[in-house]
Amino acid sequence: MRAQRRIELVIAGLFAVTALSGVALLAVYILGGQTQVEGILLGIALGSLGLGVVLWAQELMDTPIVIEERQSATSSPAEAADFQAALTEEAGFTRRRMLVGMLLAAFAGLGAALAIPVLSLGPAPGREQFTTSWRKGSRLVLGDGTPVRAGDLPVDSLVTVFPEDAIGVTDSQTLLIRVPPDLLRLDPARAAWAPGGYVAYSKICTHAGCPVGLFRATERKLICPCHQSTFDVLAGAAPVFGPAGRPLPQLPIHMEADGTFVADGDFPDPVGPSFWNLTSRGGAG
Amino acid sequence: MTAGRNRPAATGTEPALAPTELDRLVGWLDERTGFARLARTVLRKVFPDHWSFLLGEIALFCYVILVLTGVFLTFFFAADTRPVTYQGPYPPLKGADVSAAFDSVMRLSFEVRAGLLMRQIHHWTAVVFVAAIVVHVCRIFFTGAFRRPREINWLVGVGLLLLALVAGLTGYSLPDDLLSGTGLRITDAVVTSIPFIGPWLAYLIFGGEFPSTELIGRLYVFHIMLLPALMIGGITVHLLILWFQKHTQYPGGEGRLTAHETNVIGRHFWPGQVFRSFGLFLLIAAVLAVLGGLVQINPVWVYGPFVSSAVSSPAQPDWYLGWLEGLLRMGPNWEPTLFGVTIPSVFGPSIVIPTIVFGAFTLWPFIEARVSGDHNDHQILQWPWQAPVRLGIGAAALTFFIVLTLAGGNDVLAVYLRVRVEDLTAAARILAVVAPIAVGLIAWRLGVERARQVDRERTPLEELESGS
Ligand code: FES
Repeated sequence: MRAQRRIELVIAGLFAVTALSGVALLAVYILGGQTQVEGILLGIALGSLGLGVVLWAQELMDTPIVIEERQSATSSPAEAADFQAALTEEAGFTRRRMLVGMLLAAFAGLGAALAIPVLSLGPAPGREQFTTSWRKGSRLVLGDGTPVRAGDLPVDSLVTVFPEDAIGVTDSQTLLIRVPPDLLRLDPARAAWAPGGYVAYSKICTHAGCPVGLFRATERKLICPCHQSTFDVLAGAAPVFGPAGRPLPQLPIHMEADGTFVADGDFPDPVGPSFWNLTSRGGAG
Repeated sequence: MTAGRNRPAATGTEPALAPTELDRLVGWLDERTGFARLARTVLRKVFPDHWSFLLGEIALFCYVILVLTGVFLTFFFAADTRPVTYQGPYPPLKGADVSAAFDSVMRLSFEVRAGLLMRQIHHWTAVVFVAAIVVHVCRIFFTGAFRRPREINWLVGVGLLLLALVAGLTGYSLPDDLLSGTGLRITDAVVTSIPFIGPWLAYLIFGGEFPSTELIGRLYVFHIMLLPALMIGGITVHLLILWFQKHTQYPGGEGRLTAHETNVIGRHFWPGQVFRSFGLFLLIAAVLAVLGGLVQINPVWVYGPFVSSAVSSPAQPDWYLGWLEGLLRMGPNWEPTLFGVTIPSVFGPSIVIPTIVFGAFTLWPFIEARVSGDHNDHQILQWPWQAPVRLGIGAAALTFFIVLTLAGGNDVLAVYLRVRVEDLTAAARILAVVAPIAVGLIAWRLGVERARQVDRERTPLEELESGS
């Protein structure tokens, strides 16, 4: 009995701690709040209450081990048969097969009709998958709107550029990189796309769409921070490591007399993550 | 104190006492609803006692805490991507262009009293929630608790795990910070990669080309309405089935009572189990409160607002999605085009493999029954070594997930181990195949050994008992 009395006192003490830390929590809150102190006080309040409750159950409650028989879940054959009779025969379903069939068809039709508004949730994918805001004549500008000029950029460095009239637009973000011109190994058809060693590639990774943010200048490789796809800047941004399956699309550009850069059209291939009909340019017409 | 001293005997031979307030209340309610009959069976229900049965309870309690803290957060969060200028008290971001969603999370974290505490408890609870479910599933798996008649509850449980993962992903994407934006971008690419329906499906889910202005609002509806509603439905079904099928129990028994297929040995639901569970709930809540108060989680102000041309590096998802990240990083760069249909390189690692793995996992009770030919009801659990093949397969699967999760952090690991990321990825590809096989074989072997050893140690007396 003495031992029980002691445990009772301990539990009462724990409950008192809860009450007190509750009051303290209130005080902290009123005084302006402080995340760490609030967390600790809340923890103490909950913890000592929990401890008290568990102690009570373990030490003071009389919880004998008992045994109970399990009943089988399965219904008796008579019950099961009665259920089926009630469900179908008594409702006359077994006699009116045609009507039941039509009822199900009606439900199916109505269900389809009611599900159709789900299509309102999004537009059908169309042209915009294949196109960006780059047009013939779009000037290459920085995020703040200033045009990039040849000479602003040291060799082996890069900037993020946008078309002048679509600054910050996600699918149009592009990297302008300056490399030594004699090292470039571009497709001969695209030899003119690198005026003075400046090449422009889409910044959106062709793997899963992260911005390709890292440039290893010594190797002239672009690296995507998400899954480390690596693209060879000198070879048309072809993927050389990692999970990306196709090159970063290259933007055709030329240099104006004033040293700024202008696009000669949109990217020849869709930018960003691949999709099943990307080679069709179907919607683009 | 002796058992039942204060309890009136069920036969009611004692003299009637004056009715108390409680008696009157119970009487009043019972005359109108007849609830006492049902309530009695509830209080008297027998629950087997084992610590491993508490794992599912922990997950349940986490759900409750998530709802409570989550409701608080909804009062302050603005699911809106419209641009605003940050004017709050956090100096480094002063004057920055942010979305209204990000702005509201900043206000919640820096200006609303107890706001940061609630936010951090919510996020920590989500982390523990998924962990509790995963450990619970492992317990169910390795002890064979999913066997007939509990296949339905296995399916419900797998559904709940899936919902928890999606709830986690949609939840940490809401603040519209740089890290969450990265996760969403990848999710969008994954959905888009599905042949034929992918782009269309992604547009439906996200409301247009990434990043659409509808994005955060969409996720919010998923996160605070659809997913919690589905989960509470699933949890209710899960518990009802558990209630009617009764708990499984471990082999052996308690004291002089021997566990059989036809009995349940344990303690009454009331008061012992209820008090203990309530205590456990409070203790879990206490741990989460302290974590939420002291240990920073998802500091969106460090990541900064979402800017579509920037990326946070290193970008790590919450732990339970790390294996998907690992699969994406290890994936080969094959992207074949057959008859004009391109199979994006994302598709295999992020859709095909997870579908196979999750599919096998979902159908496991049926696969095992088919292979072993065991279609009997089982109320008695197995120790893991009593089913060595299952033990081996489970160990292999866990190893697979661990390797993938490590591969999901390969950039961090590479810095830490001072090796090239390229080498780590190559190693992970080999390990993802070799390590599960090796660990699986070892686990299987150990299980077989242990089963033999127990067989040998069995005394004739025990034989007699278990045969009776
Ligand atoms: S998104 Fe660039 S590697 Fe995956």
